[in-house]
Amino acid sequence: MAAIEFIEERCKGCGLCVIACPKELLKVSSHLNRAGYPVSTIEDMDACTGCALCAEMCPDVVITVFK
Amino acid sequence: MKQVFKRPEALVDVPFHFCPGCHHGIVHRLVAECIDRYGLREKTIGVASVGCSVFLYDYIDVDVVEAPHGRAPAVATGVKRACPDNFVFTYQGDGDLAAIGTAEIIHAANRGERLTVVFVNNTVFGMTGGQMAPTTMAGQETTTTPFGRQTDTNGFPIKMAELLSQLPGTTFIARAAVNTPKNLMRAKKLLRKAFEVQTENQGFGFVEFLSACPTNWKMSPEQANKRVGEEMIPYFPLGIFKGELK
Ligand SMILES: Cc1ncc(C[n+]2csc(CCOP(=O)(O)OP(=O)(O)O)c2C)c(N)n1
Ligand code: SF4
Ligand code: SF4
Ligand code: SF4
Ligand SMILES: [Mg+2]
Repeated sequence: MAAIEFIEERCKGCGLCVIACPKELLKVSSHLNRAGYPVSTIEDMDACTGCALCAEMCPDVVITVFK
Repeated sequence: MKQVFKRPEALVDVPFHFCPGCHHGIVHRLVAECIDRYGLREKTIGVASVGCSVFLYDYIDVDVVEAPHGRAPAVATGVKRACPDNFVFTYQGDGDLAAIGTAEIIHAANRGERLTVVFVNNTVFGMTGGQMAPTTMAGQETTTTPFGRQTDTNGFPIKMAELLSQLPGTTFIARAAVNTPKNLMRAKKLLRKAFEVQTENQGFGFVEFLSACPTNWKMSPEQANKRVGEEMIPYFPLGIFKGELK
């Protein structure tokens, strides 16, 4: 079991977490945060392995990972 | 469940001002992780440069001196010699380190100062709007090379890691990238070693990070990451040019 959390207000929608996830679980949604950036979301949390590669690649330290 | 990834303590909990997909954010975090790992927060003095990383003092929770453009290795030399028990690092862009500050980095390295240098090479003057830097790739369009860098008149992209590795004063010199998870994990190991050569009083440690500047490259963050892999790494090979991981 694993889970990730986003600090949505820090996300800049760059998509580097999306290309980092080996399970292709992430996508930049159409939802905008207060800064006006579209934010990253996870589709299927149950499939997350907690590998933390998304968090490692995030330039804005948006993601925390639990395992 | 336990937390397996969290923000390093040495990284102040504020948003970065960097553009989306800018690798400065990743490199700042890697520096903060090393400060945590070696328990250096109370004894580190950072020396910031001029460029998009000029606000280093707002982000890394240590004392930071802001050096004039290019002079960080000279300022850091003074700091380290006055406070030899402190951990001293510089954080410099390629315009800073490889253009206006070429003399300072070469002589600090050649003197074998006990410093750790974090060098962020994004092949442009980022902060000022994307002018050509000495590191700009052949053919790369910038605001000052609108038809692409011509090597016959503009010279060749300078390879700082290789150049510094020739100096007998240096101890550990490497080049890393953070464009893929694999390269990033390798980059962490190289940066740790550049910290250790100072904490173990062995000498001068230097890591060049090939970095994306999506804004001035006029690319999406994803395209910019690809460019690091496809254009930069073939010319600026990753690896260790001096020293070894133990
Ligand atoms: C003495 C001096 N000359 C020129 C400048 C203008 N200037 C500010 S940042 C910069 C270049 C920054 O490029 P780089 O070091 O590559 O950092 P980046 O923004 O790309 O991370 C220049 C030329 C300055 N601030 N001071
Ligand atoms: S922790 Fe790993 S598996 Fe889970 S979303 Fe992030 S990259 Fe994907
Ligand atoms: S890498 Fe970070 S800032 Fe970029 S989209 Fe993913 S969570 Fe947002
Ligand atoms: S201009 Fe380039 S180097 Fe500066 S913050 Fe934006 S992406 Fe980063
Ligand atoms: Mg630069």
